[in-house]
Amino acid sequence: MKTGSESPIIVLGARLLSPFIMLFGLYVIFHGHYSPGGGFQGGALLAASVLLMRVASGTQISSLMVKESLTTPLGVVGVLIYFGTGLLAFLMGGDFLDYGALPIPGLSPEYLRYTGILIIEIGVGLAVMMVMILLYDKMATGEEEVE
Amino acid sequence: MMDYLVGHYAYFFTVLIMCLGLYGLMFKKNLVKKVIGLSILQVAVILFYVSLASKWGATVPVKWAEVPVTEVAAYLNPLPHTLMLTAIVVGVATQGVAFALMIAIWNRYKTLDEDDLLDRISEDTP
Amino acid sequence: MFFATVDLPTRGDADSVMNQEVNDNGNPVAGNYYIQSAYKDAKTPNIVTVVLGDYRSIDTLGEQIVVFTAGLILVLILSGHRKERKVSNREENS
Repeated sequence: MKTGSESPIIVLGARLLSPFIMLFGLYVIFHGHYSPGGGFQGGALLAASVLLMRVASGTQISSLMVKESLTTPLGVVGVLIYFGTGLLAFLMGGDFLDYGALPIPGLSPEYLRYTGILIIEIGVGLAVMMVMILLYDKMATGEEEVE
Repeated sequence: MMDYLVGHYAYFFTVLIMCLGLYGLMFKKNLVKKVIGLSILQVAVILFYVSLASKWGATVPVKWAEVPVTEVAAYLNPLPHTLMLTAIVVGVATQGVAFALMIAIWNRYKTLDEDDLLDRISEDTP
Repeated sequence: MFFATVDLPTRGDADSVMNQEVNDNGNPVAGNYYIQSAYKDAKTPNIVTVVLGDYRSIDTLGEQIVVFTAGLILVLILSGHRKERKVSNREENS
Protein backbone atom coordinates (compact mmCIF):
# COMPACT_ATOMS: atom_id res chain seq x y z
CA MET A 1 0.00 0.00 0.00
CA LYS A 2 2.95 2.33 0.38
CA THR A 3 3.96 2.55 -3.27
CA GLY A 4 2.04 4.02 -6.16
CA SER A 5 0.19 1.98 -8.75
CA GLU A 6 1.87 0.78 -11.92
CA SER A 7 -1.09 1.42 -14.20
CA PRO A 8 -1.47 5.01 -15.45
CA ILE A 9 -5.00 4.38 -16.73
CA ILE A 10 -6.37 3.65 -13.26
CA VAL A 11 -4.62 6.65 -11.77
CA LEU A 12 -5.87 8.91 -14.55
CA GLY A 13 -9.45 7.64 -14.21
CA ALA A 14 -9.40 8.10 -10.47
CA ARG A 15 -7.97 11.58 -10.84
CA LEU A 16 -10.72 12.41 -13.32
CA LEU A 17 -13.54 11.08 -11.14
CA SER A 18 -12.43 12.19 -7.69
CA PRO A 19 -13.12 15.96 -7.96
CA PHE A 20 -16.59 15.35 -9.34
CA ILE A 21 -17.46 12.98 -6.51
CA MET A 22 -16.20 15.55 -4.04
CA LEU A 23 -18.24 18.29 -5.71
CA PHE A 24 -21.34 16.10 -5.59
CA GLY A 25 -20.72 15.42 -1.90
CA LEU A 26 -20.56 19.14 -1.17
CA TYR A 27 -23.75 19.62 -3.20
CA VAL A 28 -25.51 16.91 -1.19
CA ILE A 29 -24.50 18.54 2.09
CA PHE A 30 -25.36 22.13 1.19
CA HIS A 31 -28.48 21.37 -0.85
CA GLY A 32 -29.81 19.01 1.80
CA HIS A 33 -32.38 21.59 2.86
CA TYR A 34 -34.21 21.42 -0.45
CA SER A 35 -33.67 17.89 -1.73
CA PRO A 36 -32.91 14.49 -0.22
CA GLY A 37 -29.48 14.68 1.32
CA GLY A 38 -27.69 15.79 4.41
CA GLY A 39 -24.57 15.47 6.46
CA PHE A 40 -24.30 11.69 6.62
CA GLN A 41 -24.72 11.07 2.92
CA GLY A 42 -22.51 13.97 1.89
CA GLY A 43 -19.81 12.93 4.33
CA ALA A 44 -19.84 9.42 2.91
CA LEU A 45 -19.48 10.83 -0.62
CA LEU A 46 -16.58 13.08 0.38
CA ALA A 47 -14.89 10.10 2.01
CA ALA A 48 -15.49 8.09 -1.17
CA SER A 49 -13.68 10.67 -3.29
CA VAL A 50 -10.63 10.56 -1.02
CA LEU A 51 -10.69 6.77 -0.70
CA LEU A 52 -10.86 6.37 -4.49
CA MET A 53 -7.53 8.15 -4.76
CA ARG A 54 -6.14 6.08 -1.90
CA VAL A 55 -7.12 2.80 -3.51
CA ALA A 56 -6.00 3.81 -7.00
CA SER A 57 -2.72 5.57 -6.40
CA GLY A 58 -1.41 4.58 -3.00
CA THR A 59 -1.07 6.49 0.22
CA GLN A 60 1.66 8.90 -0.84
CA ILE A 61 -0.21 10.77 -3.55
CA SER A 62 -3.57 10.81 -1.83
CA SER A 63 -2.11 12.08 1.43
CA LEU A 64 -1.86 15.39 -0.43
CA MET A 65 -5.67 15.55 -0.13
CA VAL A 66 -6.04 14.49 3.50
CA LYS A 67 -3.06 13.56 5.60
CA GLU A 68 -3.31 10.39 7.66
CA SER A 69 -2.39 12.18 10.86
CA LEU A 70 -5.11 14.78 10.27
CA THR A 71 -8.11 12.44 10.31
CA THR A 72 -8.57 12.08 14.06
CA PRO A 73 -8.19 15.81 14.90
CA LEU A 74 -10.60 16.83 12.14
CA GLY A 75 -13.11 14.25 13.37
CA VAL A 76 -12.86 15.83 16.80
CA VAL A 77 -13.45 19.22 15.16
CA GLY A 78 -16.59 17.85 13.51
CA VAL A 79 -18.01 16.59 16.79
CA LEU A 80 -17.07 19.85 18.52
CA ILE A 81 -18.85 21.94 15.86
CA TYR A 82 -22.07 20.09 16.68
CA PHE A 83 -21.57 20.19 20.44
CA GLY A 84 -20.36 23.82 20.39
CA THR A 85 -23.45 24.94 18.48
CA GLY A 86 -25.68 23.33 21.08
CA LEU A 87 -23.64 24.72 23.94
CA LEU A 88 -23.65 28.22 22.45
CA ALA A 89 -27.42 28.18 22.22
CA PHE A 90 -27.51 26.89 25.79
CA LEU A 91 -25.26 29.70 27.02
CA MET A 92 -27.28 32.37 25.20
CA GLY A 93 -30.37 31.52 27.20
CA GLY A 94 -32.15 28.85 25.18
CA ASP A 95 -32.35 25.11 25.65
CA PHE A 96 -29.49 22.84 24.67
CA LEU A 97 -29.42 22.59 20.85
CA ASP A 98 -32.27 25.09 20.48
CA TYR A 99 -31.02 27.02 17.47
CA GLY A 100 -33.58 29.78 17.93
CA ALA A 101 -31.31 31.31 20.57
CA LEU A 102 -28.11 31.51 18.52
CA PRO A 103 -26.47 34.96 18.62
CA ILE A 104 -26.63 35.81 14.91
CA PRO A 105 -28.11 39.29 14.43
CA GLY A 106 -30.77 40.16 11.92
CA LEU A 107 -32.52 36.81 11.65
CA SER A 108 -35.88 35.63 12.92
CA PRO A 109 -35.94 32.40 14.98
CA GLU A 110 -37.15 30.38 11.99
CA TYR A 111 -34.16 31.39 9.89
CA LEU A 112 -31.87 30.92 12.89
CA ARG A 113 -33.03 27.30 12.98
CA TYR A 114 -32.37 27.10 9.23
CA THR A 115 -28.79 28.31 9.80
CA GLY A 116 -28.28 26.09 12.83
CA ILE A 117 -29.32 22.97 10.91
CA LEU A 118 -26.83 23.90 8.16
CA ILE A 119 -24.01 24.32 10.71
CA ILE A 120 -24.60 20.99 12.38
CA GLU A 121 -24.89 19.25 9.00
CA ILE A 122 -21.39 20.52 8.19
CA GLY A 123 -20.15 19.17 11.53
CA VAL A 124 -21.78 15.79 10.91
CA GLY A 125 -20.36 15.60 7.38
CA LEU A 126 -16.83 16.41 8.55
CA ALA A 127 -16.93 13.83 11.35
CA VAL A 128 -18.37 11.06 9.16
CA MET A 129 -15.85 11.74 6.36
CA MET A 130 -12.88 11.69 8.71
CA VAL A 131 -14.01 8.55 10.55
CA MET A 132 -14.47 6.69 7.26
CA ILE A 133 -10.99 7.67 6.04
CA LEU A 134 -9.65 6.66 9.46
CA LEU A 135 -11.31 3.24 9.16
CA TYR A 136 -9.71 2.67 5.76
CA ASP A 137 -6.25 3.85 6.80
CA LYS A 138 -6.11 1.74 9.92
CA MET A 139 -7.38 -1.37 8.15
CA ALA A 140 -5.03 -0.96 5.19
CA THR A 141 -1.94 -0.68 7.34
CA GLY A 142 -3.13 -3.51 9.58
CA GLU A 143 -1.84 -3.94 13.07
CA GLU A 144 1.44 -2.19 13.67
CA GLU A 145 4.21 -4.55 14.66
CA VAL A 146 6.16 -2.65 17.27
CA GLU A 147 9.10 -4.40 18.85
CA MET B 1 -57.41 -12.65 1.01
CA MET B 2 -56.05 -10.89 -2.07
CA ASP B 3 -56.09 -7.55 -0.28
CA TYR B 4 -54.26 -9.12 2.62
CA LEU B 5 -51.53 -10.46 0.34
CA VAL B 6 -51.15 -7.18 -1.54
CA GLY B 7 -50.88 -5.26 1.72
CA HIS B 8 -48.49 -7.59 3.47
CA TYR B 9 -46.13 -9.13 0.91
CA ALA B 10 -43.33 -6.67 1.74
CA TYR B 11 -43.32 -7.89 5.33
CA PHE B 12 -42.94 -11.49 4.15
CA PHE B 13 -39.83 -10.59 2.19
CA THR B 14 -38.30 -8.74 5.12
CA VAL B 15 -38.96 -11.78 7.31
CA LEU B 16 -37.20 -13.96 4.73
CA ILE B 17 -34.17 -11.67 4.62
CA MET B 18 -34.12 -11.61 8.42
CA CYS B 19 -34.13 -15.43 8.60
CA LEU B 20 -31.26 -15.48 6.09
CA GLY B 21 -29.26 -13.08 8.23
CA LEU B 22 -29.97 -15.05 11.41
CA TYR B 23 -28.90 -18.28 9.67
CA GLY B 24 -25.60 -16.70 8.65
CA LEU B 25 -25.10 -15.29 12.10
CA MET B 26 -25.71 -18.54 13.95
CA PHE B 27 -24.58 -21.44 11.75
CA LYS B 28 -21.60 -20.15 9.78
CA LYS B 29 -18.23 -20.91 11.34
CA ASN B 30 -16.16 -18.20 9.66
CA LEU B 31 -16.15 -14.87 11.47
CA VAL B 32 -16.27 -12.84 8.23
CA LYS B 33 -19.41 -14.71 7.19
CA LYS B 34 -20.89 -14.00 10.60
CA VAL B 35 -20.39 -10.28 10.07
CA ILE B 36 -21.98 -10.53 6.61
CA GLY B 37 -24.98 -12.21 8.26
CA LEU B 38 -25.15 -9.41 10.80
CA SER B 39 -25.28 -6.79 8.06
CA ILE B 40 -28.00 -8.73 6.20
CA LEU B 41 -30.03 -8.79 9.43
CA GLN B 42 -29.61 -5.06 9.76
CA VAL B 43 -30.69 -4.47 6.17
CA ALA B 44 -33.85 -6.49 6.89
CA VAL B 45 -34.72 -4.23 9.81
CA ILE B 46 -34.07 -1.11 7.71
CA LEU B 47 -36.28 -2.38 4.87
CA PHE B 48 -39.03 -3.21 7.36
CA TYR B 49 -39.07 0.32 8.78
CA VAL B 50 -38.97 1.98 5.37
CA SER B 51 -41.81 -0.20 4.10
CA LEU B 52 -43.86 0.74 7.17
CA ALA B 53 -43.43 4.41 6.29
CA SER B 54 -45.07 4.13 2.89
CA LYS B 55 -48.45 5.52 1.91
CA TRP B 56 -50.16 4.92 -1.42
CA GLY B 57 -50.20 7.99 -3.62
CA ALA B 58 -47.94 10.02 -1.36
CA THR B 59 -44.74 11.86 -2.22
CA VAL B 60 -41.36 12.04 -0.49
CA PRO B 61 -41.21 14.11 2.73
CA VAL B 62 -39.85 17.23 1.04
CA LYS B 63 -42.24 20.16 1.03
CA TRP B 64 -43.63 20.74 -2.42
CA ALA B 65 -45.31 24.01 -3.31
CA GLU B 66 -48.30 22.39 -4.98
CA VAL B 67 -49.18 20.15 -2.04
CA PRO B 68 -49.97 21.94 1.23
CA VAL B 69 -48.48 20.41 4.36
CA THR B 70 -51.85 20.21 6.06
CA GLU B 71 -52.66 17.21 3.85
CA VAL B 72 -50.72 14.64 5.82
CA ALA B 73 -51.88 11.81 3.57
CA ALA B 74 -49.89 13.33 0.69
CA TYR B 75 -46.49 13.00 2.39
CA LEU B 76 -44.68 9.90 3.59
CA ASN B 77 -44.07 9.47 7.28
CA PRO B 78 -40.67 11.14 7.90
CA LEU B 79 -39.95 9.57 11.28
CA PRO B 80 -38.91 6.04 10.15
CA HIS B 81 -36.73 7.57 7.43
CA THR B 82 -34.87 9.62 10.02
CA LEU B 83 -34.42 6.71 12.40
CA MET B 84 -33.05 4.48 9.64
CA LEU B 85 -30.69 7.21 8.45
CA THR B 86 -28.96 7.08 11.81
CA ALA B 87 -29.20 3.27 11.96
CA ILE B 88 -27.29 2.89 8.68
CA VAL B 89 -24.38 4.97 9.94
CA VAL B 90 -24.27 3.10 13.25
CA GLY B 91 -24.21 -0.14 11.24
CA VAL B 92 -21.17 1.05 9.30
CA ALA B 93 -19.42 1.88 12.58
CA THR B 94 -20.29 -1.55 13.97
CA GLN B 95 -18.84 -3.30 10.93
CA GLY B 96 -15.69 -1.20 11.18
CA VAL B 97 -15.12 -2.27 14.78
CA ALA B 98 -15.91 -5.90 13.89
CA PHE B 99 -13.37 -5.98 11.08
CA ALA B 100 -10.75 -4.33 13.27
CA LEU B 101 -11.28 -7.04 15.89
CA MET B 102 -10.90 -9.65 13.17
CA ILE B 103 -7.60 -8.14 12.01
CA ALA B 104 -6.34 -8.28 15.59
CA ILE B 105 -7.52 -11.91 15.96
CA TRP B 106 -5.79 -12.89 12.71
CA ASN B 107 -2.53 -11.31 13.83
CA ARG B 108 -2.53 -13.26 17.07
CA TYR B 109 -3.99 -16.65 16.16
CA LYS B 110 -3.69 -16.83 12.33
CA THR B 111 -7.21 -18.18 11.92
CA LEU B 112 -10.74 -16.86 11.60
CA ASP B 113 -12.57 -20.18 11.95
CA GLU B 114 -14.54 -20.42 15.15
CA ASP B 115 -13.58 -23.96 16.22
CA ASP B 116 -9.89 -23.51 15.37
CA LEU B 117 -9.93 -20.23 17.23
CA LEU B 118 -11.36 -21.80 20.38
CA ASP B 119 -8.74 -24.59 20.19
CA ARG B 120 -5.86 -22.15 19.84
CA ILE B 121 -7.11 -19.94 22.65
CA SER B 122 -7.39 -22.95 24.96
CA GLU B 123 -3.86 -24.01 23.93
CA ASP B 124 -2.47 -20.59 24.85
CA THR B 125 -4.11 -20.28 28.23
CA PRO B 126 -2.88 -22.99 30.61
CA MET C 1 -42.46 -14.09 12.55
CA PHE C 2 -44.81 -14.82 9.65
CA PHE C 3 -47.61 -15.06 12.19
CA ALA C 4 -46.63 -11.70 13.63
CA THR C 5 -47.02 -10.01 10.25
CA VAL C 6 -50.76 -10.77 10.36
CA ASP C 7 -51.38 -8.04 12.88
CA LEU C 8 -49.32 -5.41 11.08
CA PRO C 9 -51.18 -2.62 9.28
CA THR C 10 -51.67 -2.87 5.54
CA ARG C 11 -48.72 -1.37 3.75
CA GLY C 12 -49.43 2.02 2.26
CA ASP C 13 -52.67 2.55 4.14
CA ALA C 14 -52.91 6.26 4.93
CA ASP C 15 -55.66 5.65 7.51
CA SER C 16 -53.83 3.13 9.73
CA VAL C 17 -53.09 3.71 13.39
CA MET C 18 -49.57 4.93 12.71
CA ASN C 19 -50.65 7.49 10.14
CA GLN C 20 -53.67 9.06 11.78
CA GLU C 21 -53.43 12.58 13.09
CA VAL C 22 -54.60 12.07 16.70
CA ASN C 23 -54.07 8.86 18.64
CA ASP C 24 -56.48 7.19 21.05
CA ASN C 25 -55.50 9.43 23.96
CA GLY C 26 -56.05 12.61 21.98
CA ASN C 27 -52.38 13.50 21.57
CA PRO C 28 -50.95 14.39 18.15
CA VAL C 29 -49.04 11.58 16.42
CA ALA C 30 -45.36 12.36 15.87
CA GLY C 31 -45.07 11.78 12.12
CA ASN C 32 -47.97 13.99 11.17
CA TYR C 33 -46.97 16.67 13.65
CA TYR C 34 -43.56 16.81 11.94
CA ILE C 35 -45.16 17.06 8.49
CA GLN C 36 -47.46 19.86 9.50
CA SER C 37 -45.10 22.06 11.48
CA ALA C 38 -41.63 21.44 10.03
CA TYR C 39 -41.72 24.22 7.44
CA LYS C 40 -43.37 26.62 9.86
CA ASP C 41 -40.70 26.07 12.50
CA ALA C 42 -37.51 26.04 10.48
CA LYS C 43 -38.32 27.29 6.94
CA THR C 44 -36.69 24.17 5.51
CA PRO C 45 -38.61 22.17 2.91
CA ASN C 46 -36.88 18.85 3.62
CA ILE C 47 -38.83 17.41 6.54
CA VAL C 48 -36.31 14.62 7.20
CA THR C 49 -33.55 17.19 7.67
CA VAL C 50 -35.64 19.15 10.14
CA VAL C 51 -36.49 16.04 12.16
CA LEU C 52 -32.86 14.92 12.11
CA GLY C 53 -31.31 18.26 12.91
CA ASP C 54 -33.84 20.06 15.04
CA TYR C 55 -36.50 17.92 16.70
CA ARG C 56 -34.21 14.96 17.32
CA SER C 57 -30.90 16.80 17.47
CA ILE C 58 -29.77 15.25 20.76
CA ASP C 59 -30.35 11.82 19.22
CA THR C 60 -28.16 12.81 16.29
CA LEU C 61 -25.48 14.13 18.65
CA GLY C 62 -25.35 10.83 20.50
CA GLU C 63 -25.23 8.95 17.22
CA GLN C 64 -22.35 11.06 15.96
CA ILE C 65 -20.48 10.37 19.18
CA VAL C 66 -21.09 6.65 18.59
CA VAL C 67 -19.52 6.90 15.12
CA PHE C 68 -16.55 8.81 16.43
CA THR C 69 -16.09 6.38 19.31
CA ALA C 70 -16.00 3.53 16.78
CA GLY C 71 -13.11 5.31 15.06
CA LEU C 72 -11.29 5.75 18.37
CA ILE C 73 -11.82 2.07 19.28
CA LEU C 74 -10.32 1.09 15.94
CA VAL C 75 -7.24 3.21 16.58
CA LEU C 76 -6.85 1.72 20.06
CA ILE C 77 -7.26 -1.88 18.87
CA LEU C 78 -4.90 -1.65 15.91
CA SER C 79 -2.12 0.34 17.56
CA GLY C 80 -1.97 -1.18 21.03
CA HIS C 81 0.12 -4.19 20.08
CA ARG C 82 3.34 -3.50 21.96
CA LYS C 83 2.01 -3.83 25.49
CA GLU C 84 0.38 -7.17 24.71
CA ARG C 85 3.62 -8.47 23.20
CA LYS C 86 5.65 -7.52 26.29
CA VAL C 87 3.16 -9.12 28.64
CA SER C 88 3.14 -12.36 26.67
CA ASN C 89 6.97 -12.41 26.53
CA ARG C 90 7.17 -12.01 30.26
CA GLU C 91 4.70 -14.83 30.76
CA GLU C 92 6.72 -17.09 28.50
CA ASN C 93 9.96 -16.32 30.31
CA SER C 94 8.63 -16.91 33.78
